[in-house]
Amino acid sequence: MIKDNPEINCELAVIGAGMAGIASALFASKRGISTVQVGLTSGIIFASGLIDLMGVHPISDGKIWENPWKAINALTSDIPNHPFARINKDDIHKAFEEFLAFMNNAGLPYCRYENRNAKMIMPVGSVKHTYCVPQTMWNGVLALEKKCSCLIIDIRGLRGFSARQITETLKTSWPALRHARISFPNTDHLEEVYTEPIARCLSLSENRKALAQIVIPHVKDASMVGFPAIFGIHNSVEIYRDLQEMIGVTIFEIPTIPPSITGLRIKETFESQLPQKGVRLLLQKKVLKVHRNKGGFVLDIGGSDTEYTVKAKGIILASGRFLGGGLHADRKQIRESIFNLPVFQVGERKNWHSQNFLDPKGHLINMAGLEIDNMFHPLDSLGKPVFKTLFAAGSILAHQDWLRMKCGSGLAIASAFAAVNAFKKQV
Amino acid sequence: MKCYYNTLNITHDYVTKKELFYNLLPLKEIKLETQVLIIGGGITGAGITRDLALRGINCILVEKHDINAGASGANHGLLHSGARYVAGNSVNAEECREEGNILKKMAPQCIEDTGGLFVAVEGDDEKYVADFPDLCSKCGIPVKALDTREALEIEPVLSKKIIATYQVSDAAVDPFKLSMDNIYQALDLGCTLLRHSKVTGFIIERNRALATRLQNMLTGEEFTIEALQVVNAAGAWAKEIAVLAGCAINLRYSKGSLLVTHNRIAQRVINRLRPSSNADILVPGGTVSILGTTSITIDSLDKIFPTVQETDFIVGEAAAMIPQLERTRYIRAYAGVRPLLGTPSVTDDRSLSRGFALLDHIEDGLENFASITGGKLTTYRLMAEKTANLICNRLGVSRPCLTRTDPLPPAGAARWTKPGLAPKVWMKKHDPEDIMLCECEMVPKSVVDSIVESIHEQNGKSDLKAIGLRSRIGKGACQGTFCGLRTCAYLYDINELNTNEGLTSLREFVNERWRGVRPLLWDTPLIQAELQEALYCGLMGLEL
Repeated sequence: MIKDNPEINCELAVIGAGMAGIASALFASKRGISTVQVGLTSGIIFASGLIDLMGVHPISDGKIWENPWKAINALTSDIPNHPFARINKDDIHKAFEEFLAFMNNAGLPYCRYENRNAKMIMPVGSVKHTYCVPQTMWNGVLALEKKCSCLIIDIRGLRGFSARQITETLKTSWPALRHARISFPNTDHLEEVYTEPIARCLSLSENRKALAQIVIPHVKDASMVGFPAIFGIHNSVEIYRDLQEMIGVTIFEIPTIPPSITGLRIKETFESQLPQKGVRLLLQKKVLKVHRNKGGFVLDIGGSDTEYTVKAKGIILASGRFLGGGLHADRKQIRESIFNLPVFQVGERKNWHSQNFLDPKGHLINMAGLEIDNMFHPLDSLGKPVFKTLFAAGSILAHQDWLRMKCGSGLAIASAFAAVNAFKKQV
Repeated sequence: MKCYYNTLNITHDYVTKKELFYNLLPLKEIKLETQVLIIGGGITGAGITRDLALRGINCILVEKHDINAGASGANHGLLHSGARYVAGNSVNAEECREEGNILKKMAPQCIEDTGGLFVAVEGDDEKYVADFPDLCSKCGIPVKALDTREALEIEPVLSKKIIATYQVSDAAVDPFKLSMDNIYQALDLGCTLLRHSKVTGFIIERNRALATRLQNMLTGEEFTIEALQVVNAAGAWAKEIAVLAGCAINLRYSKGSLLVTHNRIAQRVINRLRPSSNADILVPGGTVSILGTTSITIDSLDKIFPTVQETDFIVGEAAAMIPQLERTRYIRAYAGVRPLLGTPSVTDDRSLSRGFALLDHIEDGLENFASITGGKLTTYRLMAEKTANLICNRLGVSRPCLTRTDPLPPAGAARWTKPGLAPKVWMKKHDPEDIMLCECEMVPKSVVDSIVESIHEQNGKSDLKAIGLRSRIGKGACQGTFCGLRTCAYLYDINELNTNEGLTSLREFVNERWRGVRPLLWDTPLIQAELQEALYCGLMGLEL
């Protein structure tokens, strides 16, 4: 029996629900392009909420850049096929402005220094250089800069977040750092607590009041108090301001290890905002098959069987790397999962990974991916665009090691911007 | 003699069994005395200690790392029927047959009597296949021919292209439990085990090793042991020990790498029916299967780890026998070193003797020193018997060997390293505050607490690597990604880590785990590795 699947017609299909996918859908919708976004959202939940632009180059020297724009200049002159080299610097600026303005309006505002990376406290006590920081975390950047008298709070039963670990690790450079452990209100009967239920629980003001009451006696001479990231999912700024007022000193969040709420905030923000801008979301579904028709592409979309047929003039492939499912490796080679596009390979498997996990040079496999032209078209083996209306964005692109260069979100946002503009120009 | 005992025990269960895993940490300039000193805590040393103890002889067993740290802990866990050796060395084959039968009776708790198959596939040497049953019969090894339909019925994973199948009596053996049970009984009989104790030299006078100098690898303390007889059972390291005593052993080193599958692939041991080659044996080990091995000559005993090339080779070869091995998920790779006796001119390690040698070192001018090396897990008991006979002869003790006839008593408590043990204990006495630090292998806080306590008792310091060595933490599907971070935070909570030690500890821990997964990074394990790098490098910047 042939089942009739709902057919959706659109101009652009965005494949992927990570940073590059959501940025593509956002930029497309703002340009009046009718858009369908399809993909699994399982990757974005690992996001820390921080938006890196560019931090380390050359990675083998571990050189950390204070100014991300200068870092991009150095990077693109040393690695001319890095995707950043294909985007006009002004366009990267514009992409960030547009993206951050959207986040601000959507209730997830970010802070940044225009031309400087910010330093963030990490849960293991290391310090991360990043570009944009959620407003609820920004005071942590200031606290670390000023080395002011600061208290870090942790929560009984919350695994993988030890305030003592942070203060011990940082204390030589920051003697005014203290730590204290609290029990989150009404969790005494629980052996473990998780950030998501705690965060949801803080949307009620009486729970915020109870938390503040527990924290206040620990504050003493501290002028700032740091918490694990728990200040709500949808209304984090309101919760942060309210708690700050009740506690009486400046407060901030520190990212936690997964499962964390920081990625959830981004996911839920976009899932509620994009449909309002006319994006049709087909999330938790996969592209099962794509074929061409004369107007563009026909995509079969569903869980295991086809549930929707999407006809689109063009596609932005933002399906990520191995974790996202955009790339797949067998013992011999790396493949692109949906179109079987040519993938820039990095030799035999013995070359893929270094003997040492933390090798400063990084692992060669992270440089594999799709070759593109300046229009962000994936290229065939002859160096020609595979299809005129197929574009690629984000971590699936070759010649970049976002893990080590600390350019993941920046690359996602900037390449999405470039790909959407290229689509608009082409179609 | 004044000394104090210091526990090295891993779990509270051992406190009840006081002698076991108690370490002797002598005060300065302390000399220990014993009748026989045995060097090497692998299966051979364990077997010799038990054999001598059963004959009423007092022994000290010393080991520089931990029980089964060498080849005894890095092998297939195969109890040979002997059929593997019928075409080459019939003495080896007959020894394996006889010893396999004895162990099945004497130590059934360590053995899963799975049975085994020898299968040939299209293209394999037909003469070898044709000669096989007769060669088995000549060595007294029972063998039964199966037709392809019968073979596929009992092991459906076999290739449809098999051309011959023979059923033999191979079995799977747990080498760790076997060593533990041997040591356990010896300790019960009054012997002493010193782990983390490395031999640094001998004091030799008038053709006798009067004393052995040792160093505690954890504390750095030095001490000596005076023994009437010294047995060198250090496996691949036997040559190094012999050199310290001024003796020579002609040993070659052959590295063998093995892969552990995510699930158990077959019920029986599956051997390739061809002259011994790479990747021709798949052995079940509880819920997993172990596939191997390679044979690569190495010059040095440092840096023994499995490579990508070996992994590909093993998978490619074995898939001819069992096609599923091409697609299955592998969870870990590891490598061990076989000590082989023979001359360096031979090119193929497999043609070197897999037999054992007992050297009395009389020609080297030593009267109370013996070395036992080579051999196989299956023949460890016989190696122990022959060695103990020599030692008893030298000591003038006439009591006979009992290990042929006396069952090996099960040791009872096992350790946290045993898969599945931690969750069982946790379920039994679950305390609401006892939260899971490792979800893949279900290791709770209380297990980490008891490990930390035992490390304290030996004046040591806990870090992630030490805890990883003593538990299942880091050994599950997440490859240490999450449990490493959670355990690190917990060690700060209980004041075990201070200042920025956690960063160092995390780095060492993930690099250590990496060695066993790096050769396996395709498909799902590659995804896991990417997530780990995203967290450890992308977010935390631990590479910087």
